[in-house]
This record gives sequence, structure tokens and C-alpha cells, in this order.
Amino acid sequence: MKSQSLDLEQVRKDFPILKRRVHGKRLVYLDNAATSQKPRSVIRSMVDFYSRHNANPHRGVHQLSIEATEAFDDSRKKVMSFINASAFEEIVFTRNATESLNLVKYAWAGHHIKRGDLLVLTIMEHHSNMVPWQLLAKEVGARIEYVGITPDGLLRYDQFEALMDQSPALVAFTQCSNLLGTINDAQRLCASARRAGAVTVVDAAQSVPHMRVDVQSLGCDFLAFSGHKMLGPTGIGVLYGRKDIMKRMEPFESGGDMIKSVHLSGAQWNDLPYKFEAGTQNVEGAVGLAAAIDYLNAIGMGNVRRHEQELTAYALEEMRRVPGLTVYGPRRASHRGGVVSFNLGDIHPHDLASILDEEGVAIRSGQHCAQPLTESLGLSATTRASFYVYNGRDDVDALISALSKARRIFHL
Amino acid sequence: MSSSDIYREVILDYYRNPRNFGKLEPHDIDATDSNPLCGDEVEIQVKVSADRKIEEIRFLGKGCAISQASASMLTELAKGRPLEWVKELSKQDILKMLGTSDLGPARTKCALLSMKVLKTGVYGYLGAELDESLEP
Repeated sequence: MKSQSLDLEQVRKDFPILKRRVHGKRLVYLDNAATSQKPRSVIRSMVDFYSRHNANPHRGVHQLSIEATEAFDDSRKKVMSFINASAFEEIVFTRNATESLNLVKYAWAGHHIKRGDLLVLTIMEHHSNMVPWQLLAKEVGARIEYVGITPDGLLRYDQFEALMDQSPALVAFTQCSNLLGTINDAQRLCASARRAGAVTVVDAAQSVPHMRVDVQSLGCDFLAFSGHKMLGPTGIGVLYGRKDIMKRMEPFESGGDMIKSVHLSGAQWNDLPYKFEAGTQNVEGAVGLAAAIDYLNAIGMGNVRRHEQELTAYALEEMRRVPGLTVYGPRRASHRGGVVSFNLGDIHPHDLASILDEEGVAIRSGQHCAQPLTESLGLSATTRASFYVYNGRDDVDALISALSKARRIFHL
Repeated sequence: MSSSDIYREVILDYYRNPRNFGKLEPHDIDATDSNPLCGDEVEIQVKVSADRKIEEIRFLGKGCAISQASASMLTELAKGRPLEWVKELSKQDILKMLGTSDLGPARTKCALLSMKVLKTGVYGYLGAELDESLEP
């Protein structure tokens, strides 16, 4: 029986970087939507792989190659069960969510989307789930419609449903906005899109690290996420794709390991998922990601979500008390992930970030790779605090106190 | 350099009440650039006199206090100077103008954006290639 809460003190001990001091202050790391810190178990798993098992998987019959192959396959199995995919073949390793989305663009959409087809996106997409589709639309002459948001930062489901009447060929959306934190009802969106005959692409870069995501209950065709935002290393990402659709797809990159046989007259593609994994893979990245999944599973994704939701509710409450501070996005913590974007008076986010940095508080400032959304809010930039398992109320308090310092410096 | 040092009264004043802010018509030089990391934007317009001096100069922009104060202060500094003066302008000149010696790599870009824009405009006007020296 798993505990119903997260042991913050214990968790913090697992992250060596949290002992660091920044400008003489305790590190208050609130830039988790950009990338997360790594627990010792993840760092160790990669050191261990290189110290004991390193070889090129799928290529040799020698002992180390067998061990490397096993480590790589075990990692894939771990990812598969973490998101409850129904088959091993449905998990493709990539560099990151961006590459996963580009894989879908080149290997599926590029062959299926035709002139005049409709692509439906939302205005809250990260550039990585917007630019590939804009490029595709330009290449083949497809058109794009964007679903807007309510003043509260929630998706306009009415607009979405109306667009489904136009029989879109592809629907791509984020499960959790990296700027507003808005959690979209992915299950509902996928069901509507499927009824309309569209293929669905879910950007889960901000959801898989923070909540239970079950691809079978979502009913999506593709789902993309990155390892580094979920306590794993950079350079490893995942594309989930439904087996029956992936089987019929053309390869993405080509070369070694993605082929079954090569002749001077041509080649035959390898089986899934290897068809999409050309060249020597990032095995240590997959191993590190598997260790990250073990770590998250030990806490329990329900506890991760509960912890972040409580902390977000506390942050929203405390931030509302800061004079001149405007918070963007859903008012209720239950409608958002652990992401809070805001502005303080006329202080530009970059100036604010500099002042907070001096207090050891690491936050993100700018447009967060979501320029269309930033502009639709009538803003040029925002400041964003984002939480994870090692953050506590003391971190929020440190943020609030640093905001007071910024108010003093800017005479607000 | 701490925040209270860079965000001095004078910088905040230029940020909140920018001098030479707005469009300049007619103009001979019009250059714009932005910093993709920050979203800072600066546009500078210049009217060049017969003897190749900066007769009038205005800027438009949005962004952080450092980028906007720097742009405004630069327009005041540049007014009346020969175009050749712009070619000699350096990172040190801008930091000195802002009353600081070091801003750190992330914020130095903000401070230098307006210099980059002015140089781009002037070099374009002079038909010369943008030299390497403006890279921080």
C-alpha cells in the first residue's frame, strides 16, 4: 500500500543539486516546466550503464551487447507500462518531444495530409506542436484552424466541437499548457476528434511528468513527451503511436538499425518500433529515463499530482496577496498543472527574473515558446514559476519574498 | 553587480519615461532587431544631415528596463554625432553609459540590442558590411 502523501524531506535528499547555493542563497528551483532536476538514482543508473554494460545494442552477440540490448528493451517496457500502452512496438525513442512531433509530421502527416485538408490546433500550443504543422500546411496546401481560450484560460470546447463538424484530418493539442498551466480534457478532445475522423496528436510534455497519463483511456493516436522534464536526462524523448497506424507508416530517418535487409536495389524496413530508430540509439538516456520512471512510480503519480496541486493552490493564494501582481490562467488549481505565469506591475519579466535570481530563485521569463498565446493575452512576456516533487511551501515563500524585493527596487 | 546597482533611479526613469520615443518622419535610416530569448524589440529611425551626422533620432520598442533604457539613452548620446562615431561604438561604451561594468551574459544582450540596431542601420546606410565587433 502506497503512502497517500509525498515525503518532501526525503525527496529533497535524493536531489544532489538542491544542496547547491546560488549567489550565496539556497537554490529555489522553480523552472521545472523548462527542465527538471535529476535524482541520484537517475544519475547513478547512467554511470552504472557506462561503468558496467556499455555496448551497441542490437548489433553484437557478445555479452555486453546483450546486456545493452536488455537495458534498452527494459527501458522501453518501463515507458510502455508507465503510460499504459498496449504493445512494446508502440513506444519509439526519440531525442525529445519536439522530435517525436516532427516524426509524426514527416512519417505520417507528410504522406496523408492533402491539399485543402483541415488541421485543428489550439492557440495554447508550444511552438513545437505548432510550427511543424504550419510548415506542413504550407508544403501541401492544407489549412489550419486554432481553437481559442476563455478569459479564464480554459480551452473553448464549443469552438473545438464546431470545428469537428468540418471533418478535420488531424487534431493536435497539448494536454497541459506550458504557459497557463491549463489542463485540457484530452480524453474528451480525442473522442470528438476520432468521431470526426481525425488523427489525434497529443503533446504530453507537461502532463506525463506530473500526472497519471493512460494512452488507452485517452484514446489518442500519437502522444509525445520528453525525458528531461520528468527527472530523466536530456536527449531522450518518447513517441507513443497506435500500432495499427504506425505499421502503415513510412520511416522517419533512414540508415542503420531501421532496416531488415538492404540490397543495391532497395531496402526492407525493420519491425516496429525499430523502423523509426535509425542509427545507434541513446541507450544511456533510455536507461536514465527508466530510472526516472522508477523514481516517480515509487512516489506514485497520484501523490505527485496531489502534491503539485496543493502547492499550486498555496502559490495562487499567496500571489494574490502581492499588490500589483497579475496571475494568468485558470483560477482553480484543479484546472491547472503546477505552472503559474504572472506579471508584477510594470516590471518586465526579464528584470524580474534577474532580481529573483539574486535571491537564488530560478524562474523562467519571456514567451515560453508560446508566442501566439502570449500575444493573444495582449502581453509581450510573462514570468513563470513551475513546480515539481522537490518543491515545497518554503519555495513559494522564497518566491513571494523575492517579489517583495523587486517591488521595492522598482518603487511599486 | 547587484540589482539595486543596475536598477538605479536613472535607469528606471528612462524605462518609464523614455526620451526620443516614437516614430521619425521623414527618416533616412530605419532598422529593427529583436532578442528571441527575451522578446525585446528595438526599432531606431535616424535623419541624416548633409554632413553625415545624426540630425534626429527616435526609437520604438518594448522589453525589459535594461533594453529600453539603453535604447533611450543611446538616442540621446548619438544625437548630433557623425555616422562614423556609430562605427566605433563598443560594448564598453554602452555599459559605461548605463553606469555599470558588468551585467552578466544574459542581460548584456539586452543592453546591447539598441547598439546592434543602430549599427545595422548605419552600416546599411553606408553600404558597408556589419563588422564582427558588435558581437558581445
